[in-house]
Amino acid sequence: MSIKAIILHPQDNVATAISEFRKGERFIAGEVSIKIEEDIPFGHKFALIDLPVDAVILKYGEAIGLAGANISKGMHVHVHNVESQRGRGDQGENK
Amino acid sequence: MNYVFEGYRREDGRYGVRNHVAVLAVMDNVNGIVRHLADLVKGVLPIPVWYGRGQFGADDLMFRRAQKGIGNNPNIHSVLVISLEKVSAERVAKSISESGKRVEWISVQDTGGSIETITKAMRILLDMTLAASSQKREQVPISELVLGVECGGTDTTSGIAANPTLGFVADRIVDAGGTVYLTETSEWMGAEQMLAKRASTPEVANQIWASVSRIENDALGRGVDIRGANPVPDNIRGGITTIEEKSLGAIIKGGSRTVEGLLDYAVPTTGRGLYLMDTAAPAAESMTGIAAGGAQIILFSTGQMNIMGCSVAPTLKVTGNPRTGEFLRDNVDIDVSDILTGTALDVAGERLFSEMLAVAGGKYTRSEALGDVDIVISRIQPTV
Repeated sequence: MSIKAIILHPQDNVATAISEFRKGERFIAGEVSIKIEEDIPFGHKFALIDLPVDAVILKYGEAIGLAGANISKGMHVHVHNVESQRGRGDQGENK
Repeated sequence: MNYVFEGYRREDGRYGVRNHVAVLAVMDNVNGIVRHLADLVKGVLPIPVWYGRGQFGADDLMFRRAQKGIGNNPNIHSVLVISLEKVSAERVAKSISESGKRVEWISVQDTGGSIETITKAMRILLDMTLAASSQKREQVPISELVLGVECGGTDTTSGIAANPTLGFVADRIVDAGGTVYLTETSEWMGAEQMLAKRASTPEVANQIWASVSRIENDALGRGVDIRGANPVPDNIRGGITTIEEKSLGAIIKGGSRTVEGLLDYAVPTTGRGLYLMDTAAPAAESMTGIAAGGAQIILFSTGQMNIMGCSVAPTLKVTGNPRTGEFLRDNVDIDVSDILTGTALDVAGERLFSEMLAVAGGKYTRSEALGDVDIVISRIQPTV
């Protein structure tokens, strides 16, 4: 059985598709079972849980951005619904 | 496990994985001669340059430092320096000769023009080439390797397959007592907190923040929206959403070890371990900085295929994208896309490490064999 998406870190709340998903397919990995709500292109991410606005998107176990809209489990996570945190001058709080 | 490679011993005690006889242009006005000479004596490595005059201050210092570093690279056996006039020829030749290797220079104006220069140069290069081709490789521990890691044509597979594989090899080199250069400062943006946490001292951590901050402010000053500029359109098409995601996936290629220091562009170190080097992101300039820093080999991860290698340091192209591995296979040295179908990271890592040792011992990389190589020295100010 080939793996169709990768979860890079146990804390991640998105998976990265390594095969195209069609809307309605199911992604199953161990105990995780997600109904895919939209077409997901190769290399793109989908949500593993519901992510409300401002939720921290986790990949590699680290924050890669904030949800810019309410994102449901199984939905495409990309530039249309994610905000980068880099534009907010948050170096100060990280130093 | 004591890993070794077969390398050429240099006068300064370092080892090269190649034994180039190089002909170096001091300024762009002799590039034609340099290119001709590469076709006239077997194996000569031409190093033409853009610019080289009308540069002042920090820009000039950086340019000369990079030229010296390239000539000093342990993959180079001997160098012929060519300039229009003797002052600059002698100055550049002298700076490279500090390495102990044979360096000669020719001034076109003092030799009688380009035809006479080519004649004189051919004799010198012939002599150098006979000497270089007589030198034998010897067995050397991998602690003598300075490895550059680079990425280009990034897509999502870069951060989940190719870059982690590079990181596996980087960790092994560092653990064995070697050195790794991680560059492309703008690609640390969004992940600088992770690098700073791994810094060997608070000073190094501050340097990391400062270098990323400098790039950000420079971009803002030029009216560039960083978010818009990075990830670039082909990254976004490939699935990378934010600069943080791209950077976290990028810095993985340097491995997980302590960051020992941060070097300015084209500054070498005698230190061991993982070093950051402050460079531009585009491959040509970044790899040139790496080579000027003394790196003998570069591992270059590419999702969508950047074909380019460094002419001085053989460059291995590693892809984690199965489509690239198939469709662009002529340019792929190592395909680790099987990670995406369940191959363990250390299996892919061993595959890359073995190929790297083979290249260190003389096997050509594809970019090397095909001539998809160049040297490009960064500029920081315009020519006057």
